[in-house]
Amino acid sequence: MPSGPGVSAELPLASQNGTRTLRTDPKAAPHAIDQETERPMPEITLTVNGTPQNLDVPANALLVDVLRDTLNLTGTHIGCDTSQCGACTVHLDGRSAKSCTVLAVQADGAHITTIEGLQSGATLHPMQEAFRKHHGLQCGFCTPGMIMAAVALVEDKPEIDEAGVRHGLEGNLCRCTGYQNIVAAVLDGARTMHSTKAGG
Amino acid sequence: MGIPTFDYIRPKSLGDARKAYDAAGDARYIAGGQTLLPVMKQRLAQPASVIDLGGIAGLSGIQVEGKSLTIGAMTRHADVAASPDVRRLIPALAHLAGLIGDPQVRNRGTMGGSLANNDPSADYPAAVLGLGAIVLTDSRSIAADEFFDGLFTTSLEESEIIRAISFPVPERAHYEKFAHPASRFALVGVMVSKGAEGVRVAATGAGQTGVFRVPEMEAALAKSFTAAAIEGITVPADDMIADMHASGAYRAQLVGVLARRAVAAIS
Ligand SMILES: Cc1cc2nc3c(=O)[nH]c(=O)nc-3n(C[C@H](O)[C@H](O)[C@H](O)COP(=O)(O)OP(=O)(O)OC[C@H]3O[C@@H](n4cnc5c(N)ncnc54)[C@H](O)[C@@H]3O)c2cc1C
Ligand code: FES
Ligand code: FES
Repeated sequence: MPSGPGVSAELPLASQNGTRTLRTDPKAAPHAIDQETERPMPEITLTVNGTPQNLDVPANALLVDVLRDTLNLTGTHIGCDTSQCGACTVHLDGRSAKSCTVLAVQADGAHITTIEGLQSGATLHPMQEAFRKHHGLQCGFCTPGMIMAAVALVEDKPEIDEAGVRHGLEGNLCRCTGYQNIVAAVLDGARTMHSTKAGG
Repeated sequence: MGIPTFDYIRPKSLGDARKAYDAAGDARYIAGGQTLLPVMKQRLAQPASVIDLGGIAGLSGIQVEGKSLTIGAMTRHADVAASPDVRRLIPALAHLAGLIGDPQVRNRGTMGGSLANNDPSADYPAAVLGLGAIVLTDSRSIAADEFFDGLFTTSLEESEIIRAISFPVPERAHYEKFAHPASRFALVGVMVSKGAEGVRVAATGAGQTGVFRVPEMEAALAKSFTAAAIEGITVPADDMIADMHASGAYRAQLVGVLARRAVAAIS
């Protein structure tokens, strides 16, 4: 995973329009030029999964594209690109957001957590573990977004019930499972998250 | 899909934002981006400049001022839904905010953005019209009855910015929504309120020219605030939106049903 101050090489950003240059070195010129449009690229700072990243991004870059194409965090998926499916869900300052519907420049200064940032070391996050245990997935395409939405949903709701989980996952579509096992996993994951919290 | 490029401007004050807009000519403000970004992806808007209201201090937050509740334009739907002040003083408004879209949309979308956009199926227009709120802009205040001006149109000037919305606290109010099963927008939504200025009934999702009041229902409810009092009062099916999701007659029927449910919930 290219992250942290050690990475100062220029990383290519694959975009549908060709290759642009993004600098991740904080000492680099403050404003890179977008080679395609010849406009200066805004410099932003994102703290992604705990690591600060200084990035020159084109104004029109979506947060999901910066995460996937610049930072190679491809766990965040693009399902619809029309704000409907929730596969691109990440945490933006602790709240769930569809990263296909946020400009990277809007997130300047924010803390972002992606699915890659959820587990600690080799230990899965309780919500990930619950999805594994309850088989809350089939093809797995919706799963990163589902899990990120679920963690944000239950974070401050120890009492959440099935109706609350179904209402709270309205922004996430799954084409495989029929949702039963997803709901079971979220309820169980919530219980574990809150009992671990209570137990210190 | 991607978005055609634009100049991104993040002003620190309302005055600078307006100057930037007027200088750019072809510009759009961005608030939560939950409408603007999808619209730009579809190439239905291709502004040369996008001006972010997110850097202007003082545009979000909820304040109780005497007998009214003032909500900053940049306040997210989720914060309106969760606010103890809103839940205590205008629970119908908190309830409505919690029904908008889904959690991710509610975490980004703002009240000002929703009102400026004036989608005929959006929820907040029913709240603003049905509660008799006042829209405060960078230059003036606009009564709800003067604000909405047809589909996706408002009485805002080209570069005018919504700063806040001031809601009078009603004696009672309730919002009933029949959500479109896929988009979650209102197939029809009705806000009913009773307060110092009388009774208001406002319907969204239904009218071909956007959100509207139902004066016959308001008059009947002013005499007797019961669901029975508005039994049989109908809105013209020909004036309703008719599409693949619901006919005009179906929407007209829903306006009556939802209005009666809303009244029954608070009478
Ligand atoms: C999947 C999905 C489901 C949704 N479901 C619903 C629903 O059920 N009900 C509902 O009501 N809405 C729904 N929405 C729309 C959502 O509520 C948007 O958040 C809202 O319509 C626009 O708010 P925004 O802050 O995102 O505005 P933006 O998208 O940033 O801006 C919208 C427009 O308003 C202008 N604008 C923004 N702020 C201001 C301001 N302060 N002053 C002047 N102009 C301004 C912008 O220039 C732009 O033209 C949904 C959206 C999505 C993506
Ligand atoms: S890819 Fe973002 S909501 Fe579907
Ligand atoms: S598991 Fe395949 S889309 Fe959800």
